[in-house]
Amino acid sequence: MDWASLNRPFGSMTQAVAPPEDAPFDAILLYTFTGLLAFGSILATAFTPDPAFRFHGYVMIAGFVSAFLLMTVGLGSGRFRSDPTRYNDGVVRAGVIATMFWAIAGLAAGVFVAAQLAWPNLLYFPEAGWLNFGRLRPLHTSAVIFAFGGNALIATSFYVVQRTCKTRLAGGAWPWFVFWGYQLFIVLAATGYLAGITQSREYAEPEWYVDLWLTIVWVAYLLVFLGTIWKRKERHIYVANWFYLAFIITIAMLHIVNNLAMPVGLLEAKSYSAFAGVQDALTQWWYGHNAVGFFLTAGFLAMMYYFVPKRAERPVYSYRLSIVHFWSLIFIYIWAGPHHLHFTALPQWTQTLGMTFSIMLWMPSWGGMINGLMTLSGAWDKVRTDPVIRMMVVAIAFYGMATFEGPLMSVRSVNALSHYTDWTIGHVHSGALGWNGFITFACIYCLVPWLWKKERLYSTALVEWHFWIATTGVLLYISSMWVSGIMEGLMWREYTPQGYLANAFVETVAAKHIPNIIRTLGGLMFLAGAVIMSYNLWRTIRMPSPAKAELETPIAAPAPALVAAE
Amino acid sequence: MWKKHQNLEKNSIWLVIGILIVVSIGGLVEISPLFYLESTVEKVDGVRPYTPLEQAGRDIYVREGCYVCHSQMVRPLRDEVERYGHYSLAAESMYDHPFQWGSKRTGPDLARVGGKYSDSWHRDHLVDPRSVVPESNMPPYRFLADKDLDYRAIEARLKALRKVGVPYTDAQIQNAKLDLETQVDPYAGEKSGLKQRYGAKVAQRDFDGDPSRITELDALVAYLQVLGTMVDFRTYKAEDPENLR
Repeated sequence: MDWASLNRPFGSMTQAVAPPEDAPFDAILLYTFTGLLAFGSILATAFTPDPAFRFHGYVMIAGFVSAFLLMTVGLGSGRFRSDPTRYNDGVVRAGVIATMFWAIAGLAAGVFVAAQLAWPNLLYFPEAGWLNFGRLRPLHTSAVIFAFGGNALIATSFYVVQRTCKTRLAGGAWPWFVFWGYQLFIVLAATGYLAGITQSREYAEPEWYVDLWLTIVWVAYLLVFLGTIWKRKERHIYVANWFYLAFIITIAMLHIVNNLAMPVGLLEAKSYSAFAGVQDALTQWWYGHNAVGFFLTAGFLAMMYYFVPKRAERPVYSYRLSIVHFWSLIFIYIWAGPHHLHFTALPQWTQTLGMTFSIMLWMPSWGGMINGLMTLSGAWDKVRTDPVIRMMVVAIAFYGMATFEGPLMSVRSVNALSHYTDWTIGHVHSGALGWNGFITFACIYCLVPWLWKKERLYSTALVEWHFWIATTGVLLYISSMWVSGIMEGLMWREYTPQGYLANAFVETVAAKHIPNIIRTLGGLMFLAGAVIMSYNLWRTIRMPSPAKAELETPIAAPAPALVAAE
Repeated sequence: MWKKHQNLEKNSIWLVIGILIVVSIGGLVEISPLFYLESTVEKVDGVRPYTPLEQAGRDIYVREGCYVCHSQMVRPLRDEVERYGHYSLAAESMYDHPFQWGSKRTGPDLARVGGKYSDSWHRDHLVDPRSVVPESNMPPYRFLADKDLDYRAIEARLKALRKVGVPYTDAQIQNAKLDLETQVDPYAGEKSGLKQRYGAKVAQRDFDGDPSRITELDALVAYLQVLGTMVDFRTYKAEDPENLR
């Protein structure tokens, strides 16, 4: 939680030379809050009888106490002032760095667990239970969705809302609370999985007290975002901000309902879900599917709606299409959860409803794809010359493909084959690597020169390398998973002419060995791309800036919105 | 209509309210009826709350992330019913907080694994999966056999479960520790109240082959051995109208 030290290298020059005055109210409030949290975490750690909770207590003490100490130093030297004539980009820069850090961590974890399935004799360690697949897989999924994706969303939303509202981020020091509070959530979640602290709800594994902490951070995030909209200088709220708002609000709703649980004790890590069996299953997949719908779709569409028009220097293709597909997307997505529970003990009417809405979802999804792709009208030549634009186009194409495949797999008879198999894993990765990964990488390639005041990226050739290596990696990954998923689904239901099941379960495990190796290779290539990108960004940041460039950007005068004139 | 939408674009509070209404409808229509429609969970005989030892094993199952690779939900498809057994009923997981239906079968379904293999097979398989299934890519769980079960808070755990709706009786909660210790002791016999409280079918034996202590392996194997065994499918009439949903 050393926000002050991080702020220093990026901190504004105006901040540094500001005359020492009384610290602003928002910083005092944050300081007090951090102090209380530090005190509370020490007490909780001292009195808990539960070793798991105590372990997390130490993590919290480390976080809150160091934040408190750094804030003490920071307040003493008057570092919390904000300049209302300039954007707050320090927190966005920190977010960009965090995004790339967690990208590498999450992708590396993914490559490792993929390799474990391919070479179990080499990569399992009987004495180190915390390195088993069951504990690392949630680490991988949370690291890529919430750490990589979440940081990308927070950073870009803070950038976009300031630019489209023509005003500085609201809340003074509180955007930094959102940033560091979110990192603490990630560290608590990740260390928890390794230590076996989990609720076993997919993509919502952290225990009750980590959920409470995320709720606090999320409310602060919503208030900073809304507060910035409230003081906007533009009359209209730009379309990207509708998507960000829908993402923040809906994730809050999903997170709170899905994590309702009864802790074993106030100082015990373990809790039991408030729901059981069939109700618990649907609540979880209502959450799980809409973590995809609102975290990985609505939020990332917001990124598309700002960065694609900016990079292509074209207006958004259709204002009306964006209205229609926004409202229909957020309305229909919420219904789609039951398609994760076809043929289960969930009542059939619920399954049918979920399937119906999943098929309907195809249309608003493609509405977004069309709006994104057609924004390039008149700028298609840039696909050839600008690898960043090409990355955006491929991202949107993968979005279109994944949102076609999804409705297909939600059809009950298709799902009978695809469910429980690697096909689902392939589907998820075409969305996660192809859509979320590439659109994030493209946005960050745009952001870094803008944020660090460079005229260009260090190397366009390295972007080309990144693009081709990563694209090949994605294709290897998803095609190997199609093959292995459809193969195992067919093998499970294969009968001999005499009417007996043809394959023992373990024969399907053995048959997947080669696809498992290919998917590991695909993941490794995607990771290699991210490493190349990090090197490129690091060199970009280290390039000399134009002589008179100041790091903090002055706030632009309100201008007609970017939306296409209709 | 397009003009009207501008009101939402100019007023963030109306935009927030609009979003909230639109995203609430689906969940309300789909999820809330499951809590009051009586047909959601069929009436069956035999489903009971887990014994303290089984619940402790279930907590280990959750902790190790077994649900990541093993489902507990047999679908009513010909090959699944022949491979795993009778398809799963909603009633069979009505005391499962949280549910463990899973979403992926990197390994086989476990909804009816109880009684299929011997305790010693489970022990060998968990300690070193490839010693009994050479093609397996399951992680080894040798440390479960070495680790004493921590059941310090078992009473508090059953109490928390009762608060969310599992019908544990006062006697079951008060005797939680005793019941846990009794279940791994084959010589405790009829003196214990375990079978009075949880039924005569409860398996009472040393599960991990090490009678000198209670390990995490004891608890996990006890849980695996009860999975899918509570309902007697010789008496359950799946085709009866009240059981068709």
